[in-house]
Amino acid sequence: MSFELLYFAWVREAIGRDGETVDPPAEVADVAGLIAWLAARGGGYAEALAEPARLRAAIDQVFVPLDAPIAGAREIAIFPPVTGG
Amino acid sequence: MIEVRVQVEPFEPGAELARLEALAPGAVASFTGLVRGDDGLVAMELEHYPAMTQAALERVVAEAMARWPLSGVIVIHRHGRLVPGDRIVFVGTASSHRAAALDGCAFLIDWLKTKAPFWKRELLGDGSARWVEARVHDDEAAARWEDPTP
Repeated sequence: MSFELLYFAWVREAIGRDGETVDPPAEVADVAGLIAWLAARGGGYAEALAEPARLRAAIDQVFVPLDAPIAGAREIAIFPPVTGG
Repeated sequence: MIEVRVQVEPFEPGAELARLEALAPGAVASFTGLVRGDDGLVAMELEHYPAMTQAALERVVAEAMARWPLSGVIVIHRHGRLVPGDRIVFVGTASSHRAAALDGCAFLIDWLKTKAPFWKRELLGDGSARWVEARVHDDEAAARWEDPTP
């Protein structure tokens, strides 16, 4: 199951790209699992994703908790807590 | 009238207030957020999630409209590079009731700070840059409007 990944703010900077298409293995079931799978790539991924507590996510442009299932997602974004306003 | 704008261009609060007043609502309230110039800040860059931002702001506005009798809401949020003194965000509300206009406005700015996908990066005079950390205070300000029922 492939989908688009998007990165924002310091997550984007550390990973060094603003997005990519991924096709994780079936055992990657939720956002937290996806973050762990990406972090295992090492390098900027490990740096950006080392502390899941500092990360937030959206599936198909709606905020979700990190235990949200990713089945059926078309676009998943990973980013720091928002700081607008 | 409901209007949500995400834009690079500056905006004029006076012009937006006049449009809310034209609704003849009885009461208009507003909030304008500006870039501060303290801590050696020379510029601020606002990044956002273009595919999501407009819809996220519209959801916050819909929640405000459901809670208070508002006849008009204008929300404007800028992105891109801003300098101290620049306006970042505008929230304006119109209602026949003073409390609805004031509370609706306060709710909108508190909620959009925690529910709209923007990230601020500060550029300092010594050439360094830092991402602004989310503040616990902002979460607390947003939480005071949470529905107590599960």
